[in-house]
Amino acid sequence: MTLNGWSQIALFCAVVLALARPLGGYMTRVFAGERTILSPLLAPVEGGLYRAAGIDARHEQPWLAYALAMLAFHVLGFLALYGLLRVQALLPFNPDGQAAVAPDLAFNTAASFLTNTNWQSYGGETTMSYLTQMLGLTVQNFLSAATGIALAMALVRGFARASAKTVGSFWVDLTRATLYVLLPLCVVYALFLVWQGVPQTLSGAVAATTLEGQAQTIAVGPVASQVAIKMLGTNGGGFFNANAAHPFENPTALANFIQMVSIFAIGAAMTNVFGRMVGDERQGWAILAAMGVLFLAGATIVYGAEAAGSPVLDGLGLGGGNMEGKEVRFGIVASALFAAVTTAASCGAVNAMHDSFTALGGMIPLINMELGEIIVGGVGAGLYGMLVFVIVAIFVAGLMVGRTPEYLGKKIEAREVKMAMLAILCLPLLMLGFTALATVVAAGLAGPANAGPHGFTEILYAFTSAAANNGSAFGGLTANTAFYNTTLGLGMLFGRFFVIVPALAIAGSLAAKKTVPVSAGTLPTHGALFVGLLVGVILIVGGLTFLPALALGPIVEHLAGGLGQTFATGG
Amino acid sequence: MPNPLRPALVLLVALTLITGLAYPLALTGLAGVIFPAKAAGSLIERDGRIVGSSLIGQSFTADAYFHGRPSATTAADPADATKTVASPYNAANSSGSNLGPTSAALAERVAADLAARRAENPGEPVPVDLVTASGSGLDPDLSPEAALFQVPRVAKARNLSEDRVRRLVDDGVRGRLLGVLGEPRVNVLALNLALDEIDRR
Repeated sequence: MTLNGWSQIALFCAVVLALARPLGGYMTRVFAGERTILSPLLAPVEGGLYRAAGIDARHEQPWLAYALAMLAFHVLGFLALYGLLRVQALLPFNPDGQAAVAPDLAFNTAASFLTNTNWQSYGGETTMSYLTQMLGLTVQNFLSAATGIALAMALVRGFARASAKTVGSFWVDLTRATLYVLLPLCVVYALFLVWQGVPQTLSGAVAATTLEGQAQTIAVGPVASQVAIKMLGTNGGGFFNANAAHPFENPTALANFIQMVSIFAIGAAMTNVFGRMVGDERQGWAILAAMGVLFLAGATIVYGAEAAGSPVLDGLGLGGGNMEGKEVRFGIVASALFAAVTTAASCGAVNAMHDSFTALGGMIPLINMELGEIIVGGVGAGLYGMLVFVIVAIFVAGLMVGRTPEYLGKKIEAREVKMAMLAILCLPLLMLGFTALATVVAAGLAGPANAGPHGFTEILYAFTSAAANNGSAFGGLTANTAFYNTTLGLGMLFGRFFVIVPALAIAGSLAAKKTVPVSAGTLPTHGALFVGLLVGVILIVGGLTFLPALALGPIVEHLAGGLGQTFATGG
Repeated sequence: MPNPLRPALVLLVALTLITGLAYPLALTGLAGVIFPAKAAGSLIERDGRIVGSSLIGQSFTADAYFHGRPSATTAADPADATKTVASPYNAANSSGSNLGPTSAALAERVAADLAARRAENPGEPVPVDLVTASGSGLDPDLSPEAALFQVPRVAKARNLSEDRVRRLVDDGVRGRLLGVLGEPRVNVLALNLALDEIDRR
């Protein structure tokens, strides 16, 4: 660990914090339907969309109608993407002649991009036509991110309103998130990426002859437009197989820095939106502080573990930290930081191969996802995931002092706590349940590329990433099989919607409640005490469940590696 | 409750056209006008032929060239399409090794590469990036140490003084952005092109 390394981390945190308030202010205005700087350009487009769709922008929905609208939109989106994947060979913009995608892979990929997971069982440059990348994958990059933001807005309205029947309009939230937030930022961002060297072309792969006279086929494509939304929308699905480690997706240290900032930008701003909407920005900062504590702890451990390197390779006389699977232009610190960022948020883009991280360096990304990606989290999804934990923390605090728990003037009662626990328990059930299944059936055991505990971690990481809708992988796992495509696809769908629907139910029930005045017995929820309580509840309720599984994977691998033990496949 | 199908269908189609066609196509047009060379992939031509991209590493094995990092990319086996064979710096199929920290295969590979590098330049510590595979398998860069490590071999193969080659490396080193971001590095293809230039003069 070096001074320069810490400077890079500090600079990153400073920029994310500095952006949270201005972006939060802008988004608050957008979702309140107020005029913004972009209104002259976008309001006519927005109005046209509503007229064509038969939507009255002033008509709001109760939580159940909001949920059904969201589900209907997703069913259609799923069918459209699945269909496109199956027939891409017959359509234009396919200069490299990619074939139709197989049914199990198409199911997995449609589920993956619909749920903002962007898990990739395929290699982009060897599987997807340019039309699929644009009309299928880029579209769901936008829409799944906009859906996350919309749902968070519905939940925030639940906290902010009193005695209300409705939580907003899904159609309006979705449209505004896409048109006013994601699209304008992406246009500027994508041009920046091209300036840094990210290709944006419809021409096919380039044939080059290397200095030593060999043929080299260089895959290119409309990369920048997709990378921009992939980061900003915490999607993470790469244009290329190697994702953000590929020099065409992430060519420079500056591009890498901005990509990390863009993963956190909207998620961090959402906490400020929350604060503004409930009428006390400190409430938002308290939530961001709890996220920050967990993030810095994780980033420090990854950085420390990767800088220390692998005992096995050090035993051969190699120093300088763990560079296997990392790029020279990023080095140890920017790779470690990226890994912490991408799994704290639900991004899943990787600029280094997590599979080749040290045992402890790879364990933190796993834990970040197991906590439900509430450390800043996916755009929108991070906030509603965190608010679910807030409800449990408030409930625990209420039990400790024997009072009815309250948060922001709302009494937290049995229904909210039940819904919150339903959302929280769904993740370990999916992650550990599917992992257990994969470790006992032959089709599951055929997956891992590494032997010993690392092989187990590859399986655990895959289902954790799927259920948490992250999308990063221990890439050695052979996931493009009927078994993994199906189970991971189901994990992604359940992991998304079994959290969303309870969160919306909480929104509806909170919105209907009256506000109770603050009294001497009210626990202040903007101070260090509450931040500490929240962090504790997250680690105990969200984290402890996974300790046995972690002991079988990264922890035992760390101990074995320390003794210089290695594991060979096939023997 | 109003039927959600019409708004769902109309919004899906409209937003698909906006974000899936208008946005990427408009950007392709804009990028092609403002940054044409970068939008096409930062390609490098020599004598009218494309020799590669400045951002994409390529395989070097001759003593007279600086070698990039080990690359774990593969290609379909020409004899059997269901299998893959090693194909370093395959820019149509990026990938890392995905070998974990306790992998015996990784330990063996690194040990073999270390032995080869030590034989080439005995007594010098081998920089870590010279024996570890990059995440993309297409890393265009080396650390300055890993390039300097190869100077004796390259100088000997080209009949140049070590000082001359070392100066070339030093000229090619790009530092951290603003002294903070990223790591110091040397672009291997640029370095080798510069070496060839010396011979041509």
